[in-house]
Amino acid sequence: MTNSDPVLLKVRDLHFSRGSRKIFDGVDIDIERGKVTAIMGPSGTGKTTLLRLIGGQLHPARGSIEIDGQRVNKLGHSALYTLRKRMGMLFQNGALLTDMNVFDNVAFPLREHTDLTEDMIRDLVLMKLHAVGLRGARDLMPSELSGGMARRVALARAIALDPMIMLYDEPFTGQDPISMGVLVRLIRELNDALGLTSIIVSHDIAEASSIADHIYLLSNGKVVAHGSADDLAESESEWAQQFLKGLPDGPVPFHYQAEDYLSDLLNGVNGR
Amino acid sequence: MLQAIQHLGRSGLDFFQRTGRAHILFSQILIGIYSLLPRLGLLVQQVYSVGVLSLLIIVVSGLFVGMVLGLQGYNTLVDFGAEESLGVVVALSLVRELGPVVTALLFAGRAGSALTAEIGLMKATEQLSAMEMMAVDPVRRVLSPRFLAGFISMPLLAAIFSAVGVLGGYFVGVGLLGVDEGAYWSQMQASVDYHEDIMNGVIKSIAFGVVVTWIAVFEGYDAVPTSEGVSRATTRTVVHSSLAVLGLDFILTALMFGES
Repeated sequence: MTNSDPVLLKVRDLHFSRGSRKIFDGVDIDIERGKVTAIMGPSGTGKTTLLRLIGGQLHPARGSIEIDGQRVNKLGHSALYTLRKRMGMLFQNGALLTDMNVFDNVAFPLREHTDLTEDMIRDLVLMKLHAVGLRGARDLMPSELSGGMARRVALARAIALDPMIMLYDEPFTGQDPISMGVLVRLIRELNDALGLTSIIVSHDIAEASSIADHIYLLSNGKVVAHGSADDLAESESEWAQQFLKGLPDGPVPFHYQAEDYLSDLLNGVNGR
Repeated sequence: MLQAIQHLGRSGLDFFQRTGRAHILFSQILIGIYSLLPRLGLLVQQVYSVGVLSLLIIVVSGLFVGMVLGLQGYNTLVDFGAEESLGVVVALSLVRELGPVVTALLFAGRAGSALTAEIGLMKATEQLSAMEMMAVDPVRRVLSPRFLAGFISMPLLAAIFSAVGVLGGYFVGVGLLGVDEGAYWSQMQASVDYHEDIMNGVIKSIAFGVVVTWIAVFEGYDAVPTSEGVSRATTRTVVHSSLAVLGLDFILTALMFGES
């Protein structure tokens, strides 16, 4: 065990492809213990894929992912499942089990992995639900929850086993300003109060930068820039500037690759 | 021409890959059944939703099939003056063939499609993925109990189908057409053999239970995680399991009754 190592998660020379499309082409990432790290990039850069690689649901073509001294991609089935008990993941849509109510959803990992009595499970579930402000919603079914509430319940479920690392997949997408504010605060507070290490995958720059200690910008399968929010704001990378300022044109062109505009128009229907 | 060969090759590879995945999943499900032993509650819940909820369609169909057998059998037998044998005709048709086969076909439509849709939607909404990340193996937690429930329910449903069918034949034959009640029951008792007829029917329905539930859970687990993918998988479950049941029925019948 390398518990004293300040870096909890190390990604080294990560290569991954889907068919002929390269998603990661030599990515190195260090996630420090106790910090909130945001991994940002435009849609389709493989941010969610990165979380799945970290969780061991996908296997890299080359390179390694090491969590707390353990190589995720070399672990056997049972070792991987043991490691996952120490990881929490918040899915983009919450991924709550639709045949159970809120209480049972949060109790699910506790019932699966512990021999606690129902009394203790009840206390723990209510504590987790209270932390996300939904103790009163314990009897609702997932279909009765708003998108923001579903994500908070999923968050309570993800922290049920007191993980060492939390993975957030696009936690702010599709949220109204109030739920967005709630989630931003919750992620930071839970990280500090429970001593977690958090990885947020997102393209919501303002929200992610407001709580992240460290930010990685990904594009075309590589890390384009990384550092604190202030470092990145002063970054000289044109790509980073385009992404952070949301400029429509730049290194990522506005126009999808196409032939010359004028000749395309003059070609008529036959030219397709 | 070249395209046709390419297409054939691709379909062939797809077929073998799917068959391979189905067999790997089958072995994982069987291993998963072992971990179910201390958690029988999960199984009971699934036997309820797969078996008990299929009861109505099985009972109603069994009744009508038995009544039709009573009518058809009587009309044929009465020409030979053998209408007293109606009980034998009804019972043997049901116990040997119609019970296991029709139950399996109805089961594929009622419970098989529901299983596929449920598992496919769980996949599409990332519930299975979420379970994996919570260190809960979805094969053991979701698939094994459903498979075992189908395996247990099918022979029981087939038995209920046959029993209700025999009663349906009785209502029509004895109640409406005037066949002697004593003859109906006693000839049935004398001619239906426990090992030869009933047990062979039970073996058939166990085999159908395995095949239909296996196809249903595999199609759900292997579904493309979109609404279109799930709907295709559900259709495939009904089509493939119905064909598998009919094909398997011929093979089993040939093995069981072929030489006698």
